[in-house]
Order: sequence, then structure tokens, then C-alpha cells
Amino acid sequence: MSLELAANMGAAPKAEIPTESPLAIRGMTVSYGQKPVVFSVDMTVEEGSMTAIIGPNGAGKSTLLKAALGIVSPLAGQALVFGKPLKAARHRIAYVPQRASVDWDFPTRVIDVVLMGLYRELGLLRRIRPQHMDKARACLERVGMSDFADRQIGQLSGGQQQRVFLARALAQEADLYLLDEPFAGVDAATEKAIIDVLKSLRSEGKTVVAVHHDLTTVRSYFDRVFLINTRKVAEGTVDDAFTPDMLNQTYGGRLATGQIDQLELAAG
Amino acid sequence: MFWNALTLQLGYNATLVTIGATLLGIAAGVTGTFLYLRKRALVSDAISHATLPGVGIAFMLMVLLGGDGRALPGLLLGAAVSSWIGLLCVSWLTRLTRLSEDAAIGAVLSVFFGFGIVLLTVIQTMGAGRAAGLEGFLLGSTAGMLFNDALVIAGGGALTLVAVLILRRPMTLLAFDPEYAAARGINVGRMDLAIMALALAVTVIGLKVVGLILIVAMLIIPPVTARFWTERTDHMVLISGLCGGLAAWIGASLSAVAPAMPTGPIIVLSSFALFVLSLLLAPNRGVLAVYLRHVRFQRRVHMRQGLLALAQGQPIYEAFTVRLLKRAGLAHADGVPTDDGRARAAKALRDEKRWELVRADQAFESAAALYDGLRDIETVLTDDQISEIDQRIGGPQGVAS
Repeated sequence: MSLELAANMGAAPKAEIPTESPLAIRGMTVSYGQKPVVFSVDMTVEEGSMTAIIGPNGAGKSTLLKAALGIVSPLAGQALVFGKPLKAARHRIAYVPQRASVDWDFPTRVIDVVLMGLYRELGLLRRIRPQHMDKARACLERVGMSDFADRQIGQLSGGQQQRVFLARALAQEADLYLLDEPFAGVDAATEKAIIDVLKSLRSEGKTVVAVHHDLTTVRSYFDRVFLINTRKVAEGTVDDAFTPDMLNQTYGGRLATGQIDQLELAAG
Repeated sequence: MFWNALTLQLGYNATLVTIGATLLGIAAGVTGTFLYLRKRALVSDAISHATLPGVGIAFMLMVLLGGDGRALPGLLLGAAVSSWIGLLCVSWLTRLTRLSEDAAIGAVLSVFFGFGIVLLTVIQTMGAGRAAGLEGFLLGSTAGMLFNDALVIAGGGALTLVAVLILRRPMTLLAFDPEYAAARGINVGRMDLAIMALALAVTVIGLKVVGLILIVAMLIIPPVTARFWTERTDHMVLISGLCGGLAAWIGASLSAVAPAMPTGPIIVLSSFALFVLSLLLAPNRGVLAVYLRHVRFQRRVHMRQGLLALAQGQPIYEAFTVRLLKRAGLAHADGVPTDDGRARAAKALRDEKRWELVRADQAFESAAALYDGLRDIETVLTDDQISEIDQRIGGPQGVAS
């Protein structure tokens, strides 16, 4: 009896995690060497929302995503995906890595990259059939890249490469989309194409989380924010959490007051 | 008697060697592609040098147990075990210390190879006659190849190819985008080890034919050759396997015709010949193609600059530009345009304006991406689209008709 009780008590904190949240992170700590980049961070993503992860350079934004996906292994903490351990729900996540993480001279065409999104469906040995090609083409169409299907990926501009990555994520038909700086260094056309796709995903009830740099577009693009500077600073709707006070805390006075005034104007 | 037997065997042996080497070449080319794409080609050098102590130890063990020290399966097993240990050493050194991978490879390669040479020397003092075959593993020796040896190579090569076929998708994903691969649930460390294990398998079965020093060439040169011919991973795997097999077949045949020639080095040189041909002649990435493209491009630049200068009535300073225009019948030697030249120049100027609009308009994005300041606009837009643009350019603005 007492043993059982002890076991239950030990499990108690886990029970607090809302089981249906697309992504629930608890006590996540990641360090490179002896320096924690992410320290004891909790995060609860609301289903059907678009959340921006915001913070200064080196604040652990990308690392938090990578730890949640198991790309880097955390020192402590765990992530639940739709209430399940990562392993059991990994197929419901689509990840869009930073563009710089890839060798763009790799011998592969745009359509091949999108087909990589279908590898779970294809398994190890199944042949690529016309219906797979159609699906991949439809995903390219959605990001406005269907004319580029047969190009070698190195021939694309940065923004076009980013859209191909998004198309690959779309091909996975996931429920949760995690994007690492999708708007970094892209042209205006790409930015619009990407945000349109993300908003349409949200309207289909999917959940979107993106590491985001540009504070001026937060209000128009996202409905929730997650402020982080190694530790979590704030989490909530844009109105509640994206405030000058919280931004000052996050950036530690690195934002000029003028910038914050501008944001307030944009809000007003 | 002895010589007669040898000459009678020559045809049979040469056939065995050629078939064995070709299979090995295909397996090495296919496997090496993933090593190359993962940018880990040099690890294969550590793997191959780390086979030597295993060969020595296996020989000693088999002799101690009273068997034939030269039994190929036993020697290859020993080679596989010690190169696996070498591989783990490289991966531990890189993971647990601040050593970079190239330093770890250098350390492991030299230490294992040195140890192997010491063992070989010890073996020679043990019983010189029995050890006679072992140096053959350094540079390969096909002279005494038996049917069973060829069978080992063929079987090993076939197994390796099957493994590559099964793992090709995760390996491609890992090589292209390791973070995405990890996010998809591929165990990056284990898949890397799998790629290495395949390279190791090829190395071990290739010891007899090309030897441990040159096997690296069979893993690296074919994929590098194949890269010149294609922009697709799947095609690259096939072409690389083809190049590897072809080089081995040619090399083995050459060395059979001139028996004094060592098989392994000749295979490597054949492979290199294919590489040089590709380097020079490949259609898109070859040196010749790149050079021709550059020359053509330079001409188009001069031509277009010349036409725009003519259209705007500016003088042309570069003699090369005038020469090009003259040769095309667009200008006289003094730089004055012909009638033809005037028409072409006017069109060039109009194309500039059209391009300006195309590039400013979202609807033409894919066409705009092709803009290089030189391309004729008809090659990217339909007549309808062009006339639509011309309507926007033409006509005074703001005037109701």
C-alpha cells in the first residue's frame, strides 16, 4: 500500500501535463558543455494556435525545439506530444530546420526533397508511384514552387529553398509544425507565401510553433508568444505576454526603447 | 609440371579474378557514394588500415589452434573485428574528446597500421614459409586466388548491395539533412555506424584483391566520378556502381594480359582514368563544359552590352564587343550600327523594360527567377504574356482612350 502511494506521489508532477496539448515541455534543461542554453523550461502549446518563440540570439530558442524533437539530448526534462512520449507520436510532427543546416550542393532535385517528407509512407523498399509524385507536386503547388520541381536545389534562391523545406513538411501531413526561423533571410514573396500556408494550416486546426526574429510582425502573424532567454520569461496570448515589460525582461535592455515604442504603436 | 599447371590455370584464375574484382568494384562504388555524400570519405582510410592487426592476430590464432593460418574467411573475420575496433576508436575520440575527426582518423590509422606491421614481422620470424601470403593484404595479390575466395567476395558484395538497397532512404536523408533525419526518428549515430559498417564490409572483402592501402580509392573515386554526371542521388548511386565495376573489370583484364602488372593498382588507375574523362567531358559539371559555358556567357554579356550601347547611342570602347557585333552583322568596324543592328538594339532596350516589369510582378515569379540580364524574354514567357506586359509599358499613362 505504502509503496504504491510512494509510486503515485513520484508520478504526480506528470499528471499535471495537459494530456491533449500538441506539445508539452516540462523542466527541459539543455547544455552545450558546462553552460546551460535552456534551463528548466516549461512550455504548453495550445492546439490550433500559432506560437512564436521569441528571444535574443543564443537564448536557446532553436535548442528548445531541437530538444523537444530529440535532435539534441537534454540533461533533464521531457516533452510530450499530444499527451504521448515523443517516440509514440513523432509521426504527428513536421519539422522545418534552419536553411543553413544543409549542404545545398547535394545531388538532389526539388521534387526529391519533397518526396523525403513521404519516407514514412514509402517505408524502406516501396517504389515511388504516381500518387506519391502527385502528392509531392501538390505540396510544391501550395508553396508556389511547382515550376521548380526538376531543378537542382542549389539553383534556388534562399527563400525558394525555405519554401521547399516547408513543402517537405506539408508532405508529412502532420498535426504539429515546428519551424526554426522560417523567415530568416527570405524575400518578401517567400515570407508572404509561408505565412499564408501557416495560416491555412491553423484554419485546418493544425498547430504551428515557429522560432521568430522579427518583432514587428509578431502581432500580425501569431496569436501566442513564448518569450525565452535561457529561462522562460513569459508564455501566453500576444496581448498578455507580448508586452514592453516582458520584452525588456527577455532582451535585458538590449532593445532600444524606440523599438519597443514602435511595437506599442503597432499594437495600438 | 608445376609451370604447366600454372599456365593451364591462368585462364581460369584470370576469369575468377575479373569476376570477383568487378563485383567488388560495384559494391565499393555503391557503398562509397553514401560515404562521400555524408562527407566521411576519409574514415574509410582509417577502417582499411585498421584491418592489418586483425589479419595478423587471426593468422596467429589459427596457427596456434593447429589450422591453416592462411584460410581466407578466418583472416577476413579478424580484419573485420580489428577495423570495427578502429572505427569505434575514431567515433569515441571525436565524441568524447575535443579532437576533430581528421585528427582522430590520423591517430587511429597510423597506430593500427604500425601495430599490424609489427605483428606481420613477428609472424615472419615464427615461420617464414607459412606467412608468405600476408603481405599480399597490403597491396592485394590475386595470383593465388581460389574459387572459394572469389565466392567470399561475391557473397560479401551481394550482401552489401542488399543492405544498401534496404537502407538507401534513411542514408540519403541523413546525408542531406541530419537534423531533419533525427527529427523523423532516425538514430543518427546508429545510421552513421551502419554506413561505416558497409564501407568496412567492402574493405574487408576487397583486401585480397586491391589490398588495404588502395581500397580507399575504390570507395572514393567512383562516387566522385559519378557526381560529374548527375544531380540525383539515386542516379549517382547507379553510376558510381557502374564506374566501380567497369574500372575493376578493365583493370583486372589488363593485369591478366600483362601478368607482371599488379591487379589492385591497375584497377585504381583505370578508375582514375574514368575520373579524368568525367572531369573533362561531363556535360554540366565537367571542366570543358564549364569553360565553354563561360566563353558563351562572356560573349552574350558583350553582345547585350554592345546592343544596349547602340540603342542608347553610346560609344563602344571594347574592341572585342565591336568584333562580336561586326561578326553578327550588327555593326560596322567603326562601331556604327547597321540597320539590322539598330533593330536588334531597339529590341534589347525594350526587353530590358519588359524584364523590369516582370521582376516587379509577383505573378511572374518563376520567370523572374530566370532573369540574368541576358536571356531573351521570349524564352521564358508566352506571346500572350509578353503582349500583356507590352500593353502595360506602351501607351501614355492616365489618358483615357
